[in-house]
Amino acid sequence: MTPTLRRRVFLAAAVVAAALLLWGLTGLPPFGVYEGPYGDVLNQVAVAERKATNVVASVTFDYRGVDTLGEEFILFAAVIGVAILLRARRDEREEPPDEDAADRRAPGTSNAVRVLGLALVGPVVLFGVYVVTHGHLTPGGGFQGGVVLATGALLVYLSGEYVTLRRVSPEVLLDSAESVGAAGYVLVGLLGVAAGATFLANVLPLGQPGALLSAGTIPLINLAVGLEVAGGFILLLSEFLEQTLVIRRPGEVT
Amino acid sequence: MRLLPYLVAAWLLLVGLYGIVTSRNLVHAITCLSVAQSSTYILLLSVGFERGGTAPIFLDVPVGTRAVDPVVGALTLTDIVVGATVSALLLALAVQAHKHHGTLDPERFRSEQD
Repeated sequence: MTPTLRRRVFLAAAVVAAALLLWGLTGLPPFGVYEGPYGDVLNQVAVAERKATNVVASVTFDYRGVDTLGEEFILFAAVIGVAILLRARRDEREEPPDEDAADRRAPGTSNAVRVLGLALVGPVVLFGVYVVTHGHLTPGGGFQGGVVLATGALLVYLSGEYVTLRRVSPEVLLDSAESVGAAGYVLVGLLGVAAGATFLANVLPLGQPGALLSAGTIPLINLAVGLEVAGGFILLLSEFLEQTLVIRRPGEVT
Repeated sequence: MRLLPYLVAAWLLLVGLYGIVTSRNLVHAITCLSVAQSSTYILLLSVGFERGGTAPIFLDVPVGTRAVDPVVGALTLTDIVVGATVSALLLALAVQAHKHHGTLDPERFRSEQD
């Protein structure tokens, strides 16, 4: 199929799809008018029931906890998938990291980037830890904080070299962070079973809303997810960097 | 105004799909997929929005304050995480496709297999 023909077929289909979408969307309640009962019910009862002031966190890690466990393992599987897809192929060999490899045409890092990057590593990591640990109180949580923590590693790479990134985040540390995080979620879920309730039941003392130690299992799950997401995203980052820095194709000058 | 956010969602979906269909570069196609997927964030958050509602976080405001639906907020979070993992996997496939074919243009994949 030629590109022109494909574009025409798509445009014809898009007109039909747009009409269907319009038909469906005009049937929704007008924007700004909320009709469903669940959100209102949760906003009324969730803080009293779970003592977490962030109701989104109560939904994610408690009421919908099993779904989020699945979501965490989607991430886990995807990181493993990327690691497998990007492993050295039979005709490739791995060499020590080389920032000046022949196939790498990246411009040199300026001193401004190095200084600013280094200065930001500390605040970014602190902010990431804050977002993970306060997920049940304020906007944030393990997923968001974990990604912030991973950007700390990206800053190390930007302001140093790949070997510096490897030194501050050795692969065994990342692998264990990812696995301990994934397993931690399941273990917190089993706490509920051990206490005679259901899997992922919030069986720990709930405390007072607004306190750092409150909301039972929710902050624990946030910690597990934060570990997993930070480890997983730094692994993803290293896998892609290795493609130009470590893996050499056959016949390539190094 | 009562339809605008829904129309934005529909537009993002269609314009993202158009990008995928006409793409001549896999990285561009993967970015277009992210654009198409971001329409679901807009749609989810729009159906849960209540005029005058605040974020469903009751640390500084008392329970009972009008707030938006927390369920769609949680669903959007899941959506974003799944979107990120799909992009990561597809980008890894694009790296390997480039090694195999020496190009990221899907139009030029077929001819090089012969």
